[in-house]
Amino acid sequence: MSITHAWRAFRGVLGRELKRFVRQRERFIAALVRPLVWLVIFAAGFRAALGLSIIEPYETYITYEIYVVPGLIGMIQLFNGMQSSLSMVYDQEMGSMRVLLTAPLPRWFLLLSKLAAGVVVSLLQIAAFLVFVALMQVDIPFNKLWLALPAMILSGFMLGALGLLISSVIKQLENFAGVMNFVIFPMFFLSSALYPIWKMQESSDILAMLCTLNPFTHAIELIRFAIYGQFNGIATLVVLGCTAVFFLLANWSYNPARRFRASRTAVR
Amino acid sequence: MTQQPQEPDAVNTLSVDSVSFSFGVKAALNQVTFSVQPGETVFLLGPNGAGKSTLFSLISGLYKPTSGTVSVSDANAGTPKALSQLGIVFQSDTLDPDLSIADNLHYYAALHGLSTKIAHERIAACIAPFELSERLKEKVRTLNGGHRRRVDIARALMHQPRLLLLDEPTVGLDIPTRSALTQRLQSLASTLNCAVLWATHLADEVRDSDRIVLLHEGSIHGDANATKLMQSFQSRSVEEMMNAVMLQTTAINE
Repeated sequence: MSITHAWRAFRGVLGRELKRFVRQRERFIAALVRPLVWLVIFAAGFRAALGLSIIEPYETYITYEIYVVPGLIGMIQLFNGMQSSLSMVYDQEMGSMRVLLTAPLPRWFLLLSKLAAGVVVSLLQIAAFLVFVALMQVDIPFNKLWLALPAMILSGFMLGALGLLISSVIKQLENFAGVMNFVIFPMFFLSSALYPIWKMQESSDILAMLCTLNPFTHAIELIRFAIYGQFNGIATLVVLGCTAVFFLLANWSYNPARRFRASRTAVR
Repeated sequence: MTQQPQEPDAVNTLSVDSVSFSFGVKAALNQVTFSVQPGETVFLLGPNGAGKSTLFSLISGLYKPTSGTVSVSDANAGTPKALSQLGIVFQSDTLDPDLSIADNLHYYAALHGLSTKIAHERIAACIAPFELSERLKEKVRTLNGGHRRRVDIARALMHQPRLLLLDEPTVGLDIPTRSALTQRLQSLASTLNCAVLWATHLADEVRDSDRIVLLHEGSIHGDANATKLMQSFQSRSVEEMMNAVMLQTTAINE
């Protein structure tokens, strides 16, 4: 594989994802409205009900809106990862996945390109969301946000790799409702996205433990610390490790022979 | 039954050697052996369920054979080297309906490592014979089946492959469109500087002088030009010959 060929192919995959994203306006609006609903409506209600004490990385008491922003960034990436996964299952059903998998490049590189393109799309969604956060005058350190970019890229890769893994297991679009129920919702609600883990511990030790074990919690904490220019070593290791495991499993599981075997359309 | 002698040949564009493949316990291909020489056009003829698409999936590396080997210009099937020499027209639609014709072609060109400049040139050259040059900016979703097939074929030729795989390229088209596309493809195959393996279950797509690999129920029942094959099956037409093969196989199975 020459570097020039690899670069051109990546640019092609990225360009296709961006064009599809731009043309699917509903997807963009949904990606933006979802976290904004949480920020504008839920945060208003939770602000009164949920008292937050000083926790790392914050140096003082914060409002709920400030607390929830990293969680909503994670939410954007979680849903984007699942959307990419859904679009890969769609590509398989429609046949365009065959064009990608018969390109003269190693399969791992093609999957990695798909993954990286999905991360770029998620960063664009986050940028649009942060514009609204700024307009709402939520007091986060906007001047340090660039420090959180590597964290967002890393968390985007982890959640995208999870989506890739799911798309390699899911055979039909119809089965995707199960992913919402059994992956997205538990991952999101059993995390530190909406409330700190110590709050959860007041209700249940088991649920708090599940939150701690959830890789999505670590993705959010990685972003939360990075926004304040702090490095969270454990979160970084967990996110890196999970990214590697999810991607390797997806690459292994993405055996076209195994996948297409289930489809009678390929067998004539 | 006529079988061409299969000599190992380093210059074969395609070599399929004793290939078997099964879906779980169901055998799909059984000891299939044939080769395609550079520049040659070969029809892979067989009824639905014969194993044609399975064989194409093995050649394009989407499946791995249970036993035997498939190589494209001496490179193992499915490797980047082999894939770079293949142009594939899949039986099912593989264009992105939400993108324009040009976007679909540029995407393919990028996957094959073509620069933007070369991609522009190749798109213009490959789409022109199919009379779609004026419609490059239209979304694929707006094209009819026949036009989508033309884009599929133009796309498969963009990286100048050594072997063009056509998997039932006319399936699903109405009779006039099918007939026009068949003629266009036959004329294209004779002018292209690459070998063509054309899978079909439609006997009228084959001319008497064409080489046929006759596939049924996963096994090759003949490999020769149409006239010779018809003689060996004592048939007056390719269609009659196909019926004879199917009857013969049914009788053996019973």
